[in-house]
Amino acid sequence: MPRMTYREALRQGLREALAADPRTFLMGEDVGAYGGTYAVSKGLLEEFGAERVRDTPLSELGFVGAGVGAALGGMRPIVEVMTVNFSLLALDAIVNTAALYRHMSGGQFGVPLVIRMATGAGRQVAAQHSHSFEGWYAHVPGLRIVAPATVEDARGMLAPALADPDPVLLFEHAQLYSLEEDVPEPCVVDLSRAKVRRPGSQVTLVTYGGSLPKTLAAAQRLAETGIDAEVIDLRVLRPLDEATVLASVRKTRRVVVVDEGWRSGSLAAEVIARIAEQGFYDLDAPPARVCSEEVPIPYARHLEEAALPQPERIVAAARALLGATD
Amino acid sequence: MTDAPPPPPTGPVRWDPAFAAKVLADMVRIRRMEERCAQLYGQQKIRGFLHLYIGEEAVAAGALAALDPADNLVATYREHGHALVRGQSMRSIMAEMYGRQEGCARGRGGSMHLFDRATRLFGGNAIVGGGLPIAVGLALADRMQQRRALSACFFGDGAVAEGAFHESMNLAALWKLPVLFCCENNQYAMGTAIARHQAQTDLCVKASAYGMPAVRVDGMDVVAVHEATQGAAEMVRDGGGPMFVEFRTYRFRVHSMFDPELYRAKDEVEAWRTRGPIHGFTERLKAQGLLTEAQFLAIDAAAQAEVDDAVAFAESGTWEPVESLGRDLLGEPGAA
Repeated sequence: MPRMTYREALRQGLREALAADPRTFLMGEDVGAYGGTYAVSKGLLEEFGAERVRDTPLSELGFVGAGVGAALGGMRPIVEVMTVNFSLLALDAIVNTAALYRHMSGGQFGVPLVIRMATGAGRQVAAQHSHSFEGWYAHVPGLRIVAPATVEDARGMLAPALADPDPVLLFEHAQLYSLEEDVPEPCVVDLSRAKVRRPGSQVTLVTYGGSLPKTLAAAQRLAETGIDAEVIDLRVLRPLDEATVLASVRKTRRVVVVDEGWRSGSLAAEVIARIAEQGFYDLDAPPARVCSEEVPIPYARHLEEAALPQPERIVAAARALLGATD
Repeated sequence: MTDAPPPPPTGPVRWDPAFAAKVLADMVRIRRMEERCAQLYGQQKIRGFLHLYIGEEAVAAGALAALDPADNLVATYREHGHALVRGQSMRSIMAEMYGRQEGCARGRGGSMHLFDRATRLFGGNAIVGGGLPIAVGLALADRMQQRRALSACFFGDGAVAEGAFHESMNLAALWKLPVLFCCENNQYAMGTAIARHQAQTDLCVKASAYGMPAVRVDGMDVVAVHEATQGAAEMVRDGGGPMFVEFRTYRFRVHSMFDPELYRAKDEVEAWRTRGPIHGFTERLKAQGLLTEAQFLAIDAAAQAEVDDAVAFAESGTWEPVESLGRDLLGEPGAA
């Protein structure tokens, strides 16, 4: 089983996609000569040429919209947006166009487009490079939202995303790029299901993306204190795989949702609402959340750390549900 | 306040009479269809927003006659005329405005969102400037797939203030893409006169900032519109990169259906009405002996009959069952 980084896994996925289908091309800010802001596309320009690894101006609305148009015109574009904060400049193309064209055209025009972007905090790059808006995007019908949290998913999610006839937004957590793990060959990923990352019996910890390593660390600490936690990686934020979450909650009867988004109107809120609607009588304790503090993510390390979900907060939330005391 | 309309064109029309009659018929079809739309709106048969193109018909009729079937068309929310001239049936357009499932978009879009795969109409778009990046991408797709086609993108003077306009102009020029930027300058961004929304009211200057050739045309003169578009389209298709065409035109009716028109003087509207594109073209053809009054009346009668037929079709249409509300939100996997 080859071992590689999340970054290398994404690059292999891109290389494979570009080699497999002449309709596929990569477009975005500094994806070519620079090699990608996070060095994901390094070397691909030399391999596939400037037509298919296409540097764009700093025009998020323009080039994401052009990706929509190219998809309508028969291509299978992969558009990279440098970071999720910048994608807000392209909201019109994503939300007002890509997401609704198929439905509003009465089924005439689909937009088979993949948009990749970095998300999340933890690198002291301050508020305009650190937010987590994937929960916002997960609000919108017509989009599929995926968030690889493991190297295997980073390697395997692009192919099914490109095979999807509709727009897929792929959120890469910026703190995961250097994560190194083994990856099975061939790497086949089911883009519809959440995944149990650690089985357990006493409390369910639901998370996704960059919070998965923190949540697994929290589960490990809980184990050391005799609490057996199950960790679920949502992987797909829209449409949500409720069945996997509900099955776990039915077993453990307690749930903590860990989400780097802000608490109000968050994806965590949605997950808990669904558990309340469909699994209320399975619960032995009120559902809990560990989210980011409701402030712009600050620069100074101690403030940034305080603003984000951390293993100790996850541990404390889980212990509280079990009535455990320190 | 806008500039006074230019003097009416007087030069000879060097067109084949059958082609001239077809272009005239297209303008009349748009006019008759939209006059009926206004009535139907009053009767509450058509609801929501309804933006009429009346006064601007020469632009769609003249410009779209220069397109090939393989070309892409991206339009605005004032796009009934474009859809019709491009070849979409009046039945399908009218049924869509009625909200019927026999409409081109099954009644999901209405007046502002006409789509037609067969004629490559990639939507009326209610986001001002929203269509421009789409046209750039369609052109990129054609270029990457070695298809000889252009993407014609229509937008108003209001869109020129949007970032999407500038981003799209830059991308298309930078990558030398086959985009035909068609600016329908009716001199108002909704109710705001161009001098009140543009620091530079010469819109062709904006194209030159991107190194893009530009031409300004009298949009009330269908002959000038067609010939300028024809020339621009050939250049774009030949790989010369994008082009910008500004059609100076005027909207005779209100912006949508709820507009007290406080922002412009009746005299101004009247002055532009005297330059009505249908009347002007008809008189010119008659003066040259290319059209008789009887022929004009026949064109008009055919348009009226087509409207009657389209309305009857829409009236007898059906509603999409509520159970299929979620249909076509997502496509079938593997069938993009």
